[in-house]
Amino acid sequence: MMKKIFITRDLVSYSNQGVRVVQEVFAATPATLSLVFGAAVLWVVMAIAVGIAAALLRGTVFDPLLMVVALVGVSAPVFWVGQIANLLSQGTLHSTFLFSWVPPLGYTPFTQSPELWFKGLVIPWITLSLLYIGFYGRVLRANILEVQNEDYVRTARAKGISERRVLLRHSLRTSMITFVSLFGLDFAALVAGGALLTEVVFGIHGVGYLTWQALENLDLPTIMATTIYGAFFIVLVNAIVDIGYAWLDPRIRPT
Amino acid sequence: MTAEPLLEVRDLKVSFRTDDGIVRAVGGVSLTLSEGETLGIVGESGSGKSVTMMSVMRLINDPNASFEGEVLYKGRDLMKLSQDQIRGIRGAGIAMIFQDPMTSLNPVYRVGWQIEEQVREHEKISKQAAHARAIELLTAVGIPQAGDRVNDYPHQFSGGMRQRVMIAMALSCSPDILIADEPTTALDVTIQAQILGLIRKLKDEFGTAVVLITHDLGVVADLADRIAVMYAGRIIEQGTRRDIFYDPQHPYTWGLLGSIARLDRPKPRRLAAIPGLPPSLLHLPEGCAFGARCGHRFALCDQRPDLLDKVGGGHLDACHLDIGQKRELRETTIHPELIEEAT
Repeated sequence: MMKKIFITRDLVSYSNQGVRVVQEVFAATPATLSLVFGAAVLWVVMAIAVGIAAALLRGTVFDPLLMVVALVGVSAPVFWVGQIANLLSQGTLHSTFLFSWVPPLGYTPFTQSPELWFKGLVIPWITLSLLYIGFYGRVLRANILEVQNEDYVRTARAKGISERRVLLRHSLRTSMITFVSLFGLDFAALVAGGALLTEVVFGIHGVGYLTWQALENLDLPTIMATTIYGAFFIVLVNAIVDIGYAWLDPRIRPT
Repeated sequence: MTAEPLLEVRDLKVSFRTDDGIVRAVGGVSLTLSEGETLGIVGESGSGKSVTMMSVMRLINDPNASFEGEVLYKGRDLMKLSQDQIRGIRGAGIAMIFQDPMTSLNPVYRVGWQIEEQVREHEKISKQAAHARAIELLTAVGIPQAGDRVNDYPHQFSGGMRQRVMIAMALSCSPDILIADEPTTALDVTIQAQILGLIRKLKDEFGTAVVLITHDLGVVADLADRIAVMYAGRIIEQGTRRDIFYDPQHPYTWGLLGSIARLDRPKPRRLAAIPGLPPSLLHLPEGCAFGARCGHRFALCDQRPDLLDKVGGGHLDACHLDIGQKRELRETTIHPELIEEAT
């Protein structure tokens, strides 16, 4: 079977006669990558914003408020948020100006129509990233507050540089180390098929969707192929994260 | 004091709200510092010496802290300045170096970058000029091959070298005042002497006034012009270096001097120590804060002694004992071995 996956690449699905699974996985990859990359950009930007905002607003009511909102984001299941989003944007509110731009469910390749590609993915991106924005925002806030008490942050203040610069240049940089390692794990898992629920709810035929179908049909060759695809991305992304570490923290660079 | 002092702290009080009550970390400290002068602040942990100077820099941003009093620097009250105004003074007018050089530099930036950051915050100069300044400063503090080392990260330096970097950074904008908060506590003894020598040399070169915070009288012995001894958040004795070492007036100062191992006197069987612990800053006694540990306590000590110039010549002390009596008593406190030998 390994030979058929890696060398001859002609492993055939059990349930869909004649479909070559390796090619099928490759065909599903762009949809998954589009979904996950977009969501990742959204969640990194938003989580940094939430984390910094909460750390800055510490001592006011907004900090606990933001953290409660983040907790809601972490707790809300993707399939539920997705279904509600569908219900509103495709059903009850589709005719109003709010959601009239939303195309029908499904994935349009970027090469076919960038506009439809983008419109079709906006709601899935938001849905998928909600959990991560909440989680990463909370982690980042805790890290920033911890680093704020470090001696070198005090030194930075004693130098006379602005609070803003102290936060962005000195506290945030070291706080990002945990953030990056978490990001590597989550991002790899999502690319590897972990976005399954989102893909199924929004009808995006990505690798997660393929895995789900294969599991339902006990289609062993497809399961094999998606698993190996997943393993590949987990290794790849972790290697990239290690490089990211070295960029963030010179102490672990080889000399 | 002839001219107006460079820095004048007037009745500074700092307290922290805690779950157990109000901790009065600094209970009314007044200090002056003239241009080019070196002031040593001596006291044990928790005596308020660091908190005092951190408050001068307004570096305490604990929401539970409250401050009273005035800190006049060149005629401006630092306590009343806005955040932006105080930032202009930090690093440029008053610079500070800290106890632990291992953690005081940001581990993820090159040391040169960290010096340049400060220079460029306070002066409008190009990146290249700031970089050249950084190399110049690193050379001045005795870092070999400064041209290469400027691009190294803090973890590539030893503790002593890092403290040199901190000093270079503190002096980068030619401040009027350098506050050194236990600059040698975390270093080896041999390195301590080098760092102190460096501070002395640069102080003369740059004409900087220095406030040296330490718990080690040996450190101030050859560096400080004047010394203030702090105990439980107050100054209990203040005078010139000569006053403190040769004519100490407060029994606590005696205790500190007595607990130094000395080579020029007969070796004691046991090094003297001050009995007991400093009082809790939550419940300071009504009278003299040192009373409970003092061997010469008498009735009057239940009232708090004021810091007065009883000896003359600006030598202040806060002890009720009579001067003549003190001079007699202190010999036995500072040199207990003399009694041991007699008996």
